[in-house]
Amino acid sequence: MTPEPFFFLAALLFSIALVGVVSRRNLFVIYMSIELMLTSTSLVLVIFSKVLGSADGSVMALLMIAVIAAEAALFLAMIIHLYRRNRTLDSEMCDELKQEANNA
Amino acid sequence: MLSLIVVLPFLSALFLGGLYLSRPQLQNSFIYTAVGIASPAISAILSFVVLLRMFADGNTVYETLFQWIDIGSFQIAVAFMADRLSVVMISFITLIGTLIHIYAAGYMRGDPCYGKFFSYFNLFMGSMLLLVLADNPVMMFVGWELVGLSSYLLIGFYHQDHANITAANKAFILNRVGDFGFIIAIALLFVSLEGSGFTFDAIAANISTLSTEQLTLIGLLLFVGAMGKSAQIPLYVWLPDAMAGPTPVSALIHAATMVTAGVYMVARYSFLYVEIPDVGLFIAYIGAASALFAALMATFESDIKKILAYSTMSQLGYMFIAVGLGAYSSGIFHVFTHAFFKALLFMGAGAVIIALHHEQNIFKMGALKKALPVVYVSMFIATLAISGIPPFAGFFSKDAILMAAFSSEHYDIWAVGLFTAFLTAFYMFRLLFSVFFAEGSKERTLQELPGSMTRPMLFLALGSATVGFLGLNEAFGGHSWFQHFLSLPDVVHEVSHSQEYMLAALSVAVALMGMGLSYRMFAHNPQAAKSDQWLKTLIIKKFYVDELYDVMLVKPLLLLSRLIATVIDPKIVDALIMGLSKSYLLMGRGFARLQTGRVGDYALQILIGVSLMSTYILFKLGMM
Repeated sequence: MTPEPFFFLAALLFSIALVGVVSRRNLFVIYMSIELMLTSTSLVLVIFSKVLGSADGSVMALLMIAVIAAEAALFLAMIIHLYRRNRTLDSEMCDELKQEANNA
Repeated sequence: MLSLIVVLPFLSALFLGGLYLSRPQLQNSFIYTAVGIASPAISAILSFVVLLRMFADGNTVYETLFQWIDIGSFQIAVAFMADRLSVVMISFITLIGTLIHIYAAGYMRGDPCYGKFFSYFNLFMGSMLLLVLADNPVMMFVGWELVGLSSYLLIGFYHQDHANITAANKAFILNRVGDFGFIIAIALLFVSLEGSGFTFDAIAANISTLSTEQLTLIGLLLFVGAMGKSAQIPLYVWLPDAMAGPTPVSALIHAATMVTAGVYMVARYSFLYVEIPDVGLFIAYIGAASALFAALMATFESDIKKILAYSTMSQLGYMFIAVGLGAYSSGIFHVFTHAFFKALLFMGAGAVIIALHHEQNIFKMGALKKALPVVYVSMFIATLAISGIPPFAGFFSKDAILMAAFSSEHYDIWAVGLFTAFLTAFYMFRLLFSVFFAEGSKERTLQELPGSMTRPMLFLALGSATVGFLGLNEAFGGHSWFQHFLSLPDVVHEVSHSQEYMLAALSVAVALMGMGLSYRMFAHNPQAAKSDQWLKTLIIKKFYVDELYDVMLVKPLLLLSRLIATVIDPKIVDALIMGLSKSYLLMGRGFARLQTGRVGDYALQILIGVSLMSTYILFKLGMM
């Protein structure tokens, strides 16, 4: 069994996630897209581990799952905090650091 | 002692200036008068001490204050030198300067800027003494510039009136034109001497190492400086306008200081000018032209001070005839006698102006003979002296100059000089008759003249009548004592005594003719000249020289500056700078548009950036 379809799947997942990050405005969707990206990279690691017959990649993937879990906790906390502040989940509303158009 | 003579007026100028600035409410105080008069008086006493010593041993006195510039062979010391020429100059400068200071104390009484006036006045004296006593050309130039500065300050003394400022600027700028010649000449002299010392003595000793071409150029450029300071054609136009200052200022400028500086300078460089008689001849012709030109303008002028101003220019022309033809001591002799009677004339004019409540038109005066007897008598003596009537001072000096012109066989210069002598007598007596003889209005009240104004006049009248005898030449039974004392490198031409008598008689006759003519025309019913003929109009309008300068120099300059101000600066220089800054602004706006504040956009930018980088790396690794 060749690994190419799996690589293709990982690339596809990553691309979908990327489009999600770039095009969607809902913070939850963006968060989920980022999770998807991480997942796709984990997938690549696992595939390489299998292809090369070494456990290194799998160990790394396991570690990543732990990191992702921790990160999810942080992310959700931040989203809740932002929602409390802005009363919305629209990412367009978080623009305090934006350069004003005409004061240059 | 020499340095004290120079430094003292500067110190008192500083003191008075400081006092005036710190205590503006202290008006007309005794301290201004005391300090202001004391410093030139002490300088005068010291000068006479130096003069007496000079009589005793005849040695030149040197004194070095400190080393100023010390760069290789360029050694300039603040040093003073009193040789026979400069000691004579400082003697009469300080004497007449002191008298004018005393006179000014009366003239300026009650002026709110009394203290400022005396501060400037002392500065003027100090500058002139520095110029005369300088031991090297650089120090002389410093004095020369300071004289220019203080004359500017004094001419524009009543600076509330815009016309006075213009006059002061004119004097200053025209003097700058002359100074430019002077400073180039000094630089050339230094370069061509190749570092063999730069005091007057050293220059005189090494002058033979210079080629005639170098000497000619230097001589001409120096004379450009003299032209500016001594108001000769073509740089004279500031002199009549300089009458804007208070009358004592005019007296000081015209008699003892400033304008005589040019003549003094040529005499100081006489060791240079004897080598180049052609330049000397040029100087003499310029002098003759100025003498005649100024006398013509004076003939039709009706402002009392301007008449005197033109007469100064005319007499300076005589002096330049003398120094140009190599008769340096005669020129200095005329400077000396002229200082007496010209100071007196200006003092008299000032007294009349004060008495008549600032009236300056001679045709509105008249009949002051009885009212102002002291002024009348002293003015009469001064007028006789300037007209060259023996035995008054001007006769001997003017005669010596005309004699020099005649004996050196420059008959054209001599003829111009003689005709100018006629005109001088004519316009001076025109002034005298119009002011003192002619009928004047009866119902006027004359202002009382203080004794501080009339007493110096009497003293100067005595001087004007007698100082001529100092230079009495052999033909008249004297020994030309003054000229021998100066011991300048004169060019001497022998003339027989009978010729001298004839020339003297001729000039006296000419002067009497001028006097008689003006008695007929102005003694009873004087009339201002009307411009009914084109020639008269030409002279009354002062040969349109001011207008000519305006068209030739001022207008093009204004046009050029306007061109620069309206086209070159805003359209080219500013456009470049502003364009540059605007392009940065536009660029900034362009980049600012990338900062949208939308998270998605940033993510996209990161995506694009990362994609490009990875593509590049892949490409580099040869995988694509």
